[in-house]
Amino acid sequence: MSSNLAAHSEESPSRLAQLRAIILGSPIVLIATLLLVAIILAAIFAPFVAPYDPVRLSPGQRLRPPSEVNWLGTDAFGRDLFSRVVYGARISLIVGVGAAVAAVLLGLIVGLAAGFFRTLDAILMRVVDGLMAIPNILLAIAIVALSGASLWTVLVAITIPEVPRVVRLVRSVVLSAREEPYVEAAVAAGSSTWRILTRHLLPNTIAPLIVQGTYICASAILVEAILSFLGAGISPETPTWGNIMAEGRIYFQINPGIIFWPGLVLSITILSINLLGDAVRDALDPRMAKRGIDR
Amino acid sequence: MLGYIVQRILAAIPVMGFVALFVFLLLRLTPGDPAAIIAGDAATQAQLEIIRERLGLLDPLHVQFFTWIGNLLRGDFGTSIISGTPVLQMIASRLEPTISLALTTIVLSVVIAVPLGVIAAWKQGTLIDRFVMALSVVGFSVPIFVIGYVMIQIFATELRWLPVQGFRSITDGFIPFAERMILPTLTLTLLYIALIARITRTSMLEILGEDYVRTAYAKGLTEKRVLMRHALRNCAVPIVTVIGIGFALIISGVVVTESVFNLPGIGRLTVDAVLARDYPVIQAVILLASLVYVVINLLIDITYVFLDPRIRYS
Repeated sequence: MSSNLAAHSEESPSRLAQLRAIILGSPIVLIATLLLVAIILAAIFAPFVAPYDPVRLSPGQRLRPPSEVNWLGTDAFGRDLFSRVVYGARISLIVGVGAAVAAVLLGLIVGLAAGFFRTLDAILMRVVDGLMAIPNILLAIAIVALSGASLWTVLVAITIPEVPRVVRLVRSVVLSAREEPYVEAAVAAGSSTWRILTRHLLPNTIAPLIVQGTYICASAILVEAILSFLGAGISPETPTWGNIMAEGRIYFQINPGIIFWPGLVLSITILSINLLGDAVRDALDPRMAKRGIDR
Repeated sequence: MLGYIVQRILAAIPVMGFVALFVFLLLRLTPGDPAAIIAGDAATQAQLEIIRERLGLLDPLHVQFFTWIGNLLRGDFGTSIISGTPVLQMIASRLEPTISLALTTIVLSVVIAVPLGVIAAWKQGTLIDRFVMALSVVGFSVPIFVIGYVMIQIFATELRWLPVQGFRSITDGFIPFAERMILPTLTLTLLYIALIARITRTSMLEILGEDYVRTAYAKGLTEKRVLMRHALRNCAVPIVTVIGIGFALIISGVVVTESVFNLPGIGRLTVDAVLARDYPVIQAVILLASLVYVVINLLIDITYVFLDPRIRYS
C-alpha cells in the first residue's frame, strides 16, 4: 500500500510531507516501513536476491538445518528455503495489493450507488448482509475449489468477501456527507448526479478508504497463506509462503524451520502493513478509529 | 419490545435467502461444467451423466433452486458424492471437537480479554495499556497456524507436557480429552483475545469521556465504583457486538486450527470436502455456518434490548 500512498503524494508536496511525518513519527512505524520496503525490494529483485533457483531439486540435501550454504536450511526436496521464501513474497504482495485495490474499487462503486440512490440501497444492503453472513475463509475456499486453483481465482476468492465491508464504509460516509449543507446546495443549484457523486461525495471517502485498503491488504496476504496452507490455494509447485508451510507440516518434527521461517516473514509483513495502516489512520483523522474504521 | 424482536427475526429471513441463493449459484456460475469439476479429469461420459442426474443439473435453473430449497426446509441436505452418507449425518458426527473448541475459546477469551481491555482503557498510556495494544496488533498479524505450530513446538515437542495432535471424545474420559484440547484452544484464544481486548478498550475509552462519568467522579464516587457501576455497564453493548463479529472469525479460525491439530471437526470435514470437491458437503457447511452466524447475531440484537433500554425506542 505504501506505493499507492507514494503515488498519491506526488500530486502535492504537502501530502509527501504528511507521509514523511507519519513514517518518521514513531520508531516502530519507521521500522515497519523499512522492513516492508526491504520485503517489497526482495520480491521485485528476487532473481538477484535469492542465491538459488527456488524450484531446483537437490535430493542429496533434504531437510538440512540452516548453514552457510543454505541460510535457512532446505525443504523435503532439498530446495533452498531462503530462495523459496524470497520468491514467495511475490505472490503474497501481488495478492495483497491486488485484492486491496479490487475490493476498494468495487466497494466504492457499490457503496456510492447504495448511499446515493436510495431505492437501490435496500436491495444492495440485503446482498451485503448475506455475503457478510458467510464466513470469509469458507467462502474463499469454496470459490477456489469450484473454479480451479490459479492466481486469478485466488484473487477473486479473497476479494469478494472483503467487498461488503468497503460497501458499508463508503455508504456510511456518503450518507453522512449528503446531509452536509454544501451537498444540499449543490443539489439545489442543479448539479448533475455525476458531478455531485464525483466532486462532493467521492473526496470524503478517500481517507477512510486508504486506511481500509491497508487493512484489506494485510488480511488478503493472511487469507492467501491460509488457503495455500489448507491446500486450497495456488498450485503447490508455486513457492508461496502458505505452500512452503503446508509442505513443511509432515516434516515439522524433523525441520520446524520449514514452517517457522516463512511464518515469521509472513507475520512481519502483515504486522508492518497493519502498523502502517494504524499510523496513517491516526494521522489522517484521529476520530476514525472511533467511527468504526478498524480492522 | 415484542415488535422489535419480530422485526429483527423478519429481517433475518431475506439474509438467509440470499445466502442460499448465493451458495446455489456458486456451483452453477463458476466457469466450467460442475459435473466435470466434481468428477475430476479422469471421468467418463457415463460418470458425468450420473453426477448430473444426481445433482439434478438437467432441470431448468429455477426448478433446481426450488427443489433444493424445498429439500433443505424438510431437513434434507443431500448426500455426500464421495461416501454416499447423508450430509447432515456427517456434520453431526463431527460436531463434538468443533463445538468444544469454539465454546471454550469464546468463554476463555471473554473472561481474559474484557478485564484486559477495561484496565488498558482505565490506565491509558501506561505500560499495561501498551502491552494490551501490542498484544492485539500481534494477535491480528501472526497467522493462527504459525501460533499453533509454535505452541506444538514448545509444549509438545520440547517440554513434552501435552500430546502433539489428535482428538479423544469426552466420553472416553475427561483427561485425555482435555489434554488434546488445551493447545488448540489456547491457539485460537490468543487471536480472539486480541480482538475483544482491542474493542473493549476502544469502547471503554469512549465511555470514560462521557459526561455522566465525569458527573459520577464529581459526586465523589470512588474510581472503582465509577468503573463498575457506570462505565462497564454501558460497555456491554459493544462487547456483545464484537462477540457476534468474532463468531465469523472463529469459524475461519476453527477451520485452520482443526487442520493444524488434526481434530476431526467441521473444519476438517470442510477442507477434506473442498479437496475432494464434495459439493453437497461444502454447500451444507456454508449454509449451516451462515445460519448459525445469522441466528447468533439475531440473539445479540435481541440482547441489546435488555442491555440498553434506549434501543427499544429506535
